[in-house]
Amino acid sequence: MTMDPSQAGAGKSGAFEYITTKKDELIGWGRKFSIFPYPFVTACCAMEFMSVSSTIYDTDRFGAALPRFTPRQSDLLMVVGTVTHKQAPILRKVYEQMCEPKWVMAFGVCASSGGFYQNYATLQGIDKIIPVDVYIPGCPPRPETVIDGIMQLQDKIAGARHPIITQTF
Amino acid sequence: MPTTTMPLERLEPLRERLTAAGYDAQPAHGLLAVTLPRAALLETAALLKTEFGFDLFLDVTAIDWPERDPRFDVVHHFYSTRDHVRVRLKTAVTLADPTVASLVSLYGSAGFMERECHDMYGIVFEGNPDLRPILLYEGFEGHPLRKDYVKEHEQPLVRYRT
Repeated sequence: MTMDPSQAGAGKSGAFEYITTKKDELIGWGRKFSIFPYPFVTACCAMEFMSVSSTIYDTDRFGAALPRFTPRQSDLLMVVGTVTHKQAPILRKVYEQMCEPKWVMAFGVCASSGGFYQNYATLQGIDKIIPVDVYIPGCPPRPETVIDGIMQLQDKIAGARHPIITQTF
Repeated sequence: MPTTTMPLERLEPLRERLTAAGYDAQPAHGLLAVTLPRAALLETAALLKTEFGFDLFLDVTAIDWPERDPRFDVVHHFYSTRDHVRVRLKTAVTLADPTVASLVSLYGSAGFMERECHDMYGIVFEGNPDLRPILLYEGFEGHPLRKDYVKEHEQPLVRYRT
């Protein structure tokens, strides 16, 4: 039996056919559950990143499970580990390659502040060179801390302005 | 048969040879520690390689003694895969002339380690054809593992956000 497309939906009750919302809330809701991370992994925090990504803690629950292998396809730059002055130009270039909207997570104390490294080699926090949205403390952070950071970032995305056509809309 | 301790008696011929040449050579921490003038470094390393079977170059590093003159010790370690023993050569150099002979002509692997030592302590290895920075970057000023390098001193490559 074939159906005339123009008649699709005919006979519905009409009780739940449309909703009202705000554009920013709708887009924010969509974006907060589809964070594609790009892991910029430099040091031992990587072990914790693997742990929080995999089955037991499972960042997929937050829509943040699918690492992209190019910054051009990703929304969230996760800087996982110590960044040295020698690496800083690379990190800056990776950040600049990402399309808007983009967010940055400083994963662990080294990315947040340099951690216990204060020497000739270590950048004292990635926020010296790129803006950071969420800082996750710990050396390394517990997976729960990372999940808390992802949820805080989701709240931030959900509550933000999301211009999609012009600067004002 | 594998042994847990170094067979120090296998180092005895080398110790006698170096002592006869007038150098201080003492067993220390399971190896033979030799103190040399820098003019004797290259020929001693050649002796170790050709006559005593020290076929593996382990490491070269330096020690900074800020109060002392000569200020630096350049320290080489060698290993013999035939006799399973190690030897250490210590050569003092001054701040004004921190130069020793390069061992790349004997051990190719010395090249990278001499570059690192040049980065960190400013030791100049005469005869190493490539002393470009290896762990540091072009434009880095100073030698960060010298004791007078200020811990907080930063030389960023990317301009900081304000």
